[in-house]
Amino acid sequence: MAQPRVTIVGAGPAGTRAAELLVAAGLHPLLVDEAADNGGQIYRRQPAGFRRPPAALYGTEAGRATALHASFDALRGRIEHWPESLAWNLRDGVLHVLRGERSHALPFDALILATGATDRLIPLPGWTLPGVFTLGGAQIALKAQACAIGRRVAFLGSGPLLYLVAAQYAKAGAEVAAVLDTAPAGARWRALPLMAARPALLAKGAALLARLRRAGVPVHRGVTPLRLCPDASGARLGGIAFRQADGREAVLDCDASGLGWHLRAETQLAGLAGCGFDFDRASRQWLPRIDADGRSEVPGLYMAGDGVRLLGADGAEIAGRLAALAVLRDLGFAPPAGADPAALRRRRQAMDRFRRGLAIAFPWPAQLVAGLPDETLVCRCEAITAGELRRSAGALDAPEVNRAKAFSRVGMGRCQGRMCGLAGAEILAAARGVPVEEVGRLRGQAPVKPLPVAALREEEA
Amino acid sequence: MSDNRADVLVLGGGLMGAATAFFLRRRGLSVILLERGLVGQQASGVNFGNVRRQGRFPPQLPLANRSRALWGQLPELLGEDIEFLPSGHLRVAYTDEAAGMMEAYREAARPYGLKLEVLSGNAVRARFPWLSAEVRAGSWSAEDGHANPRLAAPAFARAARRAGARIEENTEVLAIEREAAGWRLDAADGRAFRAPVLQVSAGAWGGRLAAQLGEPVPIVVRGPQMGVTEPVPYALTPVLGVTATVVGEVIYLRQVTRGNIVFGGVGHGPADLDTCRARVEPAITLRQFIQLRRMVPALGALRIIRTWSGIEGYMHDEIPVMGPSARWPDLFYAFGFCGAGFQLGPGVGDVMAELIAAGRSTTPIEPFHIARFAAKAA
Ligand SMILES: Cc1cc2nc3c(=O)[nH]c(=O)nc-3n(C[C@H](O)[C@H](O)[C@H](O)COP(=O)(O)OP(=O)(O)OC[C@H]3O[C@@H](n4cnc5c(N)ncnc54)[C@H](O)[C@@H]3O)c2cc1C
Ligand SMILES: Cc1cc2nc3c(=O)[nH]c(=O)nc-3n(C[C@H](O)[C@H](O)[C@H](O)COP(=O)(O)OP(=O)(O)OC[C@H]3O[C@@H](n4cnc5c(N)ncnc54)[C@H](O)[C@@H]3O)c2cc1C
Repeated sequence: MAQPRVTIVGAGPAGTRAAELLVAAGLHPLLVDEAADNGGQIYRRQPAGFRRPPAALYGTEAGRATALHASFDALRGRIEHWPESLAWNLRDGVLHVLRGERSHALPFDALILATGATDRLIPLPGWTLPGVFTLGGAQIALKAQACAIGRRVAFLGSGPLLYLVAAQYAKAGAEVAAVLDTAPAGARWRALPLMAARPALLAKGAALLARLRRAGVPVHRGVTPLRLCPDASGARLGGIAFRQADGREAVLDCDASGLGWHLRAETQLAGLAGCGFDFDRASRQWLPRIDADGRSEVPGLYMAGDGVRLLGADGAEIAGRLAALAVLRDLGFAPPAGADPAALRRRRQAMDRFRRGLAIAFPWPAQLVAGLPDETLVCRCEAITAGELRRSAGALDAPEVNRAKAFSRVGMGRCQGRMCGLAGAEILAAARGVPVEEVGRLRGQAPVKPLPVAALREEEA
Repeated sequence: MSDNRADVLVLGGGLMGAATAFFLRRRGLSVILLERGLVGQQASGVNFGNVRRQGRFPPQLPLANRSRALWGQLPELLGEDIEFLPSGHLRVAYTDEAAGMMEAYREAARPYGLKLEVLSGNAVRARFPWLSAEVRAGSWSAEDGHANPRLAAPAFARAARRAGARIEENTEVLAIEREAAGWRLDAADGRAFRAPVLQVSAGAWGGRLAAQLGEPVPIVVRGPQMGVTEPVPYALTPVLGVTATVVGEVIYLRQVTRGNIVFGGVGHGPADLDTCRARVEPAITLRQFIQLRRMVPALGALRIIRTWSGIEGYMHDEIPVMGPSARWPDLFYAFGFCGAGFQLGPGVGDVMAELIAAGRSTTPIEPFHIARFAAKAA
């Protein structure tokens, strides 16, 4: 039988482990990633010429990072690797990839989407001030460029990444003004039974907290952020106004901040392919429908990693392997020796318990989002306020997010709602007085990310 | 059930149906509009937004002129702004043959009161310096322009509702029945609606309904392909288009004042009446890029942020179906607008209301009569 065409989008933990398994079974997959090199988000590689050791870059995860990079390096030559290549559209069994100045139409027999996640944001008043970053952005500055986002940095949000990035900044020698967590202090205890599924991770979390304490970083829980305030010049971030759990209001001085409320899955390609989606109550977002191994409802389309279930990096590695095994099985190839899908599924299940625990420990503050003041800029691409979005819900009677998008333009801009979509849905749902799942899911449109008008077709001179 | 009655039932809540409902109320008739999804969600809400007369089949110009006059009055009529901008409309030609076509069209349009100015390549570049050196001629229509399609039909429906019309969204009509007292429409939710007069304004779906009513028409369903760039400073003031003999050379574009450049053309993609989906062919997007760069080279520095399509009905003779039925005295059609119904919408609503309420149209619409197909079939 001719070699089947198997393509993977995303060279993070999920995509790398999938490629490795496919190669072990004798296939020669194509791996596409828009980043300059492999590693994905967590194990992002530093640019050529930077020489920080893995322990400095990846901390407690250095061992896993090195292992993943070594696996990837061993694959070079045995896979086709297209870095700096954007998968911009997917339909009818063809993936469209912009590589350099040319767009390639790539038919496939099997496609694994391992596209990862990005920060989940709340468009707080003032969030577009210079100096305000996402947690991920703050971390990328550190990992990729070895620079901090400011001199005195505050971290605001909720989720494990909040504490991790704060600790990484403290360790790198930056002044961390405080960690402001919107999760109530008691939430973690309620989540313990589920989170006990991964005791090692729980211990890591405790160690992180201890490290922050030793570094003298104040940690406030149960805060309600009010606004990101400009400095005296009015042109940059100068502080964060927030209400403490005891009701007192305070302003924290800082010249930069990292914001993030856990993550949101990058699902646009799955949407363009026509996959079914279900509302995931734990994370309050819509996720593509898959079976236990990552098969979607669209024949030949598989998904793995944080792009479909937010299980973290270890979970992504497992999901990548499971998806590759599913591909092999569906294409009629024998799995490589030693593959044990049942064991992988069991480990994944434990991680899924932990994931649900995380959602309880670090809940998305839906009420806070729903109550954002009218003048807050929700959609920064199109400069649309919460008030305008509420007008779509009310006077213009939009019952769901796509109709509200047509009227208000929230979700219509450059990011197509990747930044503001989840918050926008909360605002719309509250304005309509319905649960957030009832206002539906923003339909993505190609291109997944902006595509240059200069792009050429394959055959064009 | 007895209250589901009106003077007129309007089947389909695109721009045609919504505008008809609005103008029927202004003439004092009671009306119920039935729309499968939300008003203006199909072609009327996703089109390019061209409010253009230039290039239309000349006998359609009286209707287009009536509609153009209404476009100018919409803010007062509807009490809402739908972003109509009479920016002017420019078509360019890349060959002498196409420039000749422009001159011929100018002459054909003149008797209908549409004034067009045909300029040389250099003259048109002197006005619009961002046009490429390849442009050999331009045809300028000063009073055409563009508007926001996402707002238009819903604004008509809201105004109609304020004036007393019933707008029933999420109401799919499954069956059309003839009764002694007129028409009965059976909706998917089990309700029945009755009226002595029925208008079918179901867009691309109109062909199926006309066939059901014993008047089959030759219609194909296709999806024009759209895209939009990231916002850039407002510079391309007119709506732009191309006169050419090859469809693949025809691109059209407009810049909204907030900066994004919307474009379409070059070809159509497939559209499906059952799933209500029309998708964008990635290859067409890339071919549109070639034509965008060809007309305005500076566009090569931009990026596009979204593409979309919509479901449109095209008659074989490229002329819509509009006017009374040839079979039933109390049945009216307005569908199959062949990719050019947005500009016509307000005028179609006004004319259909006149036709239904007064029994005749003061604007000539004979060329659009459904009987033209029956005559051919016979
Ligand atoms: C900014 C950020 C920082 C994080 N930091 C940590 C951390 O320090 N510790 C931790 O435990 N977890 C962290 N996480 C979570 C962790 O990254 C994930 O759990 C893990 O990386 C998931 O692996 P993955 O393979 O599913 O996806 P990722 O590692 O995210 O890899 C996805 C890859 O897909 C590529 N891609 C996506 N879309 C396209 C497209 N359309 N075309 C081409 N390529 C595409 C991306 O460039 C990326 O390389 C972080 C997440 C984010 C978003
Ligand atoms: C992508 C695109 C670009 C275009 N660009 C332009 C342009 O720039 N300028 C221009 O003038 N024109 C343009 N057009 C054409 C223009 O949009 C259409 O001609 C016009 O909107 C048609 O309006 P309509 O009301 O007839 O149809 P539609 O807007 O399609 O409305 C018909 C309605 O009937 C409803 N319906 C159908 N069957 C049933 C049923 N059984 N029960 C209940 N409801 C039903 C549908 O749900 C639909 O809402 C474009 C069209 C498209 C698709």
